[in-house]
Formats: sequence, structure tokens, C-alpha cells
Amino acid sequence: MSQNSTADTYYVPAGSSWPFLMTIALVIFVSGFGHMLNEDMSFGRIAFFTGLGFIIVMTFVWLRGVIHESESGKYNMQVDRTYRWSMGWFIFSEVMFFGAFFGALFYARILSVPWVAGAGPELMTNEVLWKGFEAVWPTNGPADMGGEFSTIPAWGVPFLNTLILLTSGVTCTFAHHGLKEGNHRKATIWLAATVALGCGFLFFQAEEYIEAYSHLNLTLESGIYGSTFFMLTGFHGMHVTLGTIMLIIIMFRCAKGHFTEDRHFGFEGVAWYWHFVDVVWIGLFIFVYVV
Amino acid sequence: MSHADTHDAHDDHHHGPVTLKDGFVPWALRWIGTTNHKDLGTLYLIFAFTMFFIGGVMSLIIRAELFQPGMQLVSPEFFNSMTTMHALVMIFGGVMPGFVGLANWMVPLMIGAGDLALPRVNNWGFWILPFAFTLLLSTLFMDGGGPASGWTMYPPLVLQTGDALPFVIFAIHLMGISSITGAINVIVTILNLRAPSMTLLKMPLFVWTWLITAYLLIAVMPVLAGAVTMLLTDRYFGTSFFTAAGGGDPVMFQHIFWFFGHPEVYILILPAFGIVSTIIPTFARKALFGYDSMVYATASIAFLSFIVWAHHMFTVGMPVAGELFFMFATMLIAVPTGVKVFNWIATMWRGSMTFETPMLFAVGFVFLFTIGGFSGLMLAIAPADFQYHDSYFVVAHFHYVLVPGAVFSIIAGVYYWIPKWTGVMYSEFWGKVHFWLSAIFINVTFFPQHFVGLAGMPRRIPDYNGQFADFNWISTVGAFAFFLAQFIFIFNMMRCMARKGEKATDRVWEGAHGLEWTVPSPAPYHTFEVPPEQISIPEDELTAVHDEFDALDGHKLT
Repeated sequence: MSQNSTADTYYVPAGSSWPFLMTIALVIFVSGFGHMLNEDMSFGRIAFFTGLGFIIVMTFVWLRGVIHESESGKYNMQVDRTYRWSMGWFIFSEVMFFGAFFGALFYARILSVPWVAGAGPELMTNEVLWKGFEAVWPTNGPADMGGEFSTIPAWGVPFLNTLILLTSGVTCTFAHHGLKEGNHRKATIWLAATVALGCGFLFFQAEEYIEAYSHLNLTLESGIYGSTFFMLTGFHGMHVTLGTIMLIIIMFRCAKGHFTEDRHFGFEGVAWYWHFVDVVWIGLFIFVYVV
Repeated sequence: MSHADTHDAHDDHHHGPVTLKDGFVPWALRWIGTTNHKDLGTLYLIFAFTMFFIGGVMSLIIRAELFQPGMQLVSPEFFNSMTTMHALVMIFGGVMPGFVGLANWMVPLMIGAGDLALPRVNNWGFWILPFAFTLLLSTLFMDGGGPASGWTMYPPLVLQTGDALPFVIFAIHLMGISSITGAINVIVTILNLRAPSMTLLKMPLFVWTWLITAYLLIAVMPVLAGAVTMLLTDRYFGTSFFTAAGGGDPVMFQHIFWFFGHPEVYILILPAFGIVSTIIPTFARKALFGYDSMVYATASIAFLSFIVWAHHMFTVGMPVAGELFFMFATMLIAVPTGVKVFNWIATMWRGSMTFETPMLFAVGFVFLFTIGGFSGLMLAIAPADFQYHDSYFVVAHFHYVLVPGAVFSIIAGVYYWIPKWTGVMYSEFWGKVHFWLSAIFINVTFFPQHFVGLAGMPRRIPDYNGQFADFNWISTVGAFAFFLAQFIFIFNMMRCMARKGEKATDRVWEGAHGLEWTVPSPAPYHTFEVPPEQISIPEDELTAVHDEFDALDGHKLT
């Protein structure tokens, strides 16, 4: 296949069975998960893990194919722009996903908890249904869901994690400078530092969860505080995990000499994602831990 | 420059796509693996019409039960499952994939692109759908039956669903992946793959409305995913998002859901506006009146759609300031929508109109959608909504905007473009029969529902007071007749797909100007290898025809 880097022709990939297989993988995964939730463990577990494994395999196969196409020079500048736009819109959709959970947090703190405590027109709600409940934050609600709990202080591990993530944003930028100078070694080293910081963040986050469950009695069941705390930090943690895996892949690609000074969107896309995860964390740190 | 340079898909390049004659397995593999926007557009449309059929059968079960007062055919639980499933299937399986199918086929042809920007992702977005809907429909056979909470899935009711709940939620997640990837694909195609001379304000309106629809999809589908995820964790993982006892609030679900749900309403209608804005100028043989204002009106509707969600919740309890805000913001939508309706009318004004089937459906759309719009304005009035809420008036309202609105536009679009897709004309006679039967029976079905609604008949209840009996049997007769009339459409389209019928010219419609009419009929498997220079058919020829008509008109007057 000859190279095609002219900007005035369209690039259309050949037919592919990857998306179809990926769909099958997803369906096996969710039907396994669904059966597990319905307490049909034997089928559920098998399908869940088979599906999960299949998804991971298909992700690798698909992305490896894309990397091969990219490295064999099939992508012109138009394809490059396509990936830029697509990654940007994908990150926007992720922002909206987190928006739903932040929305739930703000709604609970500003509206529903005060209402249950009788604020505004809801006096009778409090009098009749939840007499004696006062609006405080954190709360596990008038029924004391999950029992008494304490929260993780913001200025301990969470602050450390904030510093770790912010630093990783800087190291990621150093790696980018390395690439732009054509210095793959520099880029690889700084990427390794970024990956290490990402892993560090995940380690401390895991520690924090263990601490919450074993000593603070702060669990998913701890009313609205526990719900918003774990769902927000949990989904964020999943995104950091994904981001770290992507950084590792980019690091290996860098070490293999992929990317050029001016064509390295594979790197940039992951860097964008990493900065997005960073920004979400800052929102989390402020609204979940500090305020 | 050889073709192999441009396309990886060179294997099917010189011989055309694999057909059934090449054997079943290669044929099946072609459709499973296709990255071609035309193949995927066809798949999307076939899927959408299959779902219209399944959802239609569900609606007939509902209407049959409501034929007379009393319980006759199904249990109340199954009735509720039917209303829930009917909505999910029609919205996510019928209308949305229908529009995506049209976008797949037409957006690249209209802007001069070789394909969508991400062809493999396009394939993924399609193939998720049949599996997601199999999963969704399979819940009807699970312990505890299918979801019966209405498509809005309000807790705590929905949390009483049996084994079906996680599968319904995961099916929605899968549909979300499909919609988001599809929307990213369309938006990036439009932003990045236009022919160089096609500036944003030269794009056809169908492309414009899809651009804005895709933006809405990317913005709100993740919010729906978040909302149903909270349902899942509330039910299975002990969270308290929607439990007041834990400090959460069931009403919070409604806010999050409708933050998705209201933009979703415009996702279901904006592409319809685009189709109608394409068809009316063709058959009025005049340029679209107020092109720029159409674009700005579409954008305004999209913006307003984010700040009106709580008008679905006037009766659940909200501070008065909230009721007022959402009432006035909602009424404001009438302004850009009015701009559109007046523009369509102004386009037709003194045009040289002919009424081929697509035009009939488009004009039917303008007329009947406007009725739905007006009943929407009535519902927007918060104090009046206390009377209308959850009554058949609401059912009549949204079916007027969705069936003679969204669905008519999809049908109009298919009639309008199928000569370009297949290279043969549909039967105009049967097309006209199809239109008149549809237009008459859709009104027989839904117009009486305004009356029973205003008189107080609640929605989502399988039985009703005897006073509503007459209008209900009329409505049921209308529904069955409308359903049967659609078989005319199916056969008309199958005839085209079998390449039986008069051969279509390249331009097909003498008043058509879009880029898609400059390529042969049927459009070649790979249409634009390189971006085209010409982006529309010039006006001259058309103006001449128009002047002739004008002269004739003047002659008659003297």
C-alpha cells in the first residue's frame, strides 16, 4: 500500500469486523453483569469476566490496527484533524457525564437536604415526615443510612493527591516538549514520570477507600454523602486508571520511536484526556473534600 | 492518482460491493464489517423501520385494550410494559436511528465527503443497536416482566422492576454509546470533511440541523447514562440518590432525566426541520426563505432546550419562581419555532408548487406539527398544565409532534431521496395513497385524544370511565388503519430496492439544487474520491422555469 499523505483526497478504511466483535464483547459483559445483579452468579460471573476480557482484547486489537495504519503513513492531515475534533467532542461527552453526578451533589447540598430539614415551603415535610432532622453537610439523611460515619479530611491524603495530579500534568507537558524537539528519550522519561505519578495517585486513592471502609464507616451506603462521594471519586478513579493505561501505551510507542516532531496526535489526545481528568479532580477536591 | 491511494477498501472498488450472488457468507460478512456510509445508512433505515413495526405492534396492543372500557386483553402490568417499551422502542429504536440513517446516507453526499469521518466507529454505532434492542425486548420475558414504569423511569416506582431492571439500564447504556459515537461522527464529518468551497452558511439545512442535533446528543446522552447509573446503584449498591431517608430526593431523578429529556425532544425534531427545509424549496421551486434565520432559529431552539426541562414537572412540586421561569422560557421556544413555520410558508408563497409524495408529507408536516406545537404552548402554561398533566392531552400533543412530525419527515425524506439511493422512482400513485391514508388516520387516531384528555382521561391506565368510550374506539380504529396504511410504504420502498420501476434521472427533481443531485442515480458506492468543486446546482435554469410560471400567472391575472 503506497503512502497517502496528500490533503486533497479522502481516506476511507477497509471493512472491519472489529466493531462487530467489540459489540458482542460488550453484550456478553453487560448480560453477565445483569445476571450477577440478579444473583445468578454462576452464569453471571462467567459472562462478566469473559465479556470483560473480550472487551480488553478487542480494544487492543482495534487500537493496534489504528496505530499500524498511522505508522504506515496512511493518515493525511484531514484524518489528523478528524481525530482532534473527535477526541475533543468525546471529552466534552465525558464532562457532561461527570456533570450529572456533580449536579446530583449540588442538588442534594443546596436543595434536597435543606428541604428535608424543612427549608422554604417544605416546613411540613420536616414536621410530618422527618421531625428533628437538621440540614448539615456531610449527612447520611434523616434515617441515618449506613450508621454514623466520619469523612476524610481534605488536607491530608486528598491534598497530597491533588499535588500528585497537578505535578503529573506538568511532567506530561515536559514529555510533550520532548516530542516537539524530536527527543524521544526525553519524552519517554517524562512519560514514565507521569505514569508513576498516576499510579501513585491510584495507590493513595485505594488507601483512602480502605481507610473509609475499615475505620471511618464511610461507605456507598452512607446516605447521600456516601453516594456522591464514592460515585464521583470512583468514576474519577476509573478514568485515571484508563488514562494511566493510555499513558503507558504512549510511553512504549514513544520508546519505540513512534511520533514525529509535528505529527503526534496519539500523544496529544492522551495528554488532553489526562488534563481533563486533572480538571475533574480539582472540581472534586474543592466540592467534595474542601467545601 | 489511483484509487488505491485513497481507499483501503480497494477490494470492492472495481467490482462494486459483494452481493448475495457471491455467496451468503461473504455477503453477510460485507454487511457486518462494512465501513461504507451508504451501506450503514441502509442498515440504520432498515433497523429503524423494523423498530417502527415492533413499536407499532405494541401501540396496537395498547389501543386494542383501550378499544372499550373495562379490562379485556392484557393484564395491567403488561399494559404498562407496553406503554414503556413502545416509547423506548419508538424513540431510541425508530426515530433516532431513522435520522442517523438519513444522515449517514445524505450528509457525505450533501457536503462532498467521501464517507463519514470515522467509518469503523460508524459501523460500531450501528451494530450496537440490534443487540441493545434484543436485550431490551428480552426483558419482557424475564421474572417480574418488562419495565412498566413508563419510559421516564421515575424512582421509586422503577426500582420495583423485577429481573429486567439491570438489563434495561444496560440496554440504555449501549444505546447511549451508539448515539454518542454516531453524533461525534456526524459532527466531525460536518466540521472537517466539507468540500473546500462549502462554508458553514452555505451548508444545506439538513446538514445544519444535524450538526446542532449531534451537539445536543453529545451533551445530553451522557447525562441520561449518569441518571440510569444512579438508578442502578440505588437499587443494587445501596446508594441514596433518590431516597429522602438518606438525604437524596426522588424528584432529583426527574430533574436529571429531563435535563436529558428535553434536549432529546429536539434531537427528535431538529433533523425533521432540516428535511422539510430541504423538500419544500424543491417543490415550491424557490430558494428557501430566510436561510440564515433558519440556522439561527435552530441554534436558538437548541440553546433554549437546555433551560426548559422542568416544564415536564410543573405538578411535582417546585418553588413558584421555578414554575414561572420554566413557563416563560418554554414559551420563548415558540419564537424560533414560529420563525421556522413562517419561513416554510413564505417559501411556498407564490412558488410554482407541485405535490409529489415528499412534498405532500412535508406540507402535512408543517400543518400537523404546528398543531402539536400549539398544544405544546398550552401545556407550557404552568397553571393550565395542572389540569392537562398526565392526561391524554399530553399523549395527543407529543404524538402530534412525533408522528406527523418526526415520522412524517423521515418518510418524506425516504421518498425524496430513494430515487438517488436505488436509481428508480417509487410509485407516485401509491405514494399519494399512502400519504392521504396516513394523514387522515393519524388525525382520526390522535385528534380525539385531545378531547378525552381535556375531559380528564389519565394516560398509562388500561381502563377508563365509560364517558370516554366513543372517542377511544374512534382512536383505536384510526391507529389500526394508520398501521395498515404503512404497508403501502413498505411495499413501495421494497419495489425500489428491487430496482423495479421507472429509471430515475440524476437530478430526479427539477427544483432540486443540492450537491447530492449532481452525482449519478444510484449514487456510486464510493461517491466522492476527492472533494468536488461544484457544491450545488446553479439557480439559473430554475429561475427560468419560475419566470415562465410567473409570466403565466401574470397572464392569467390580466
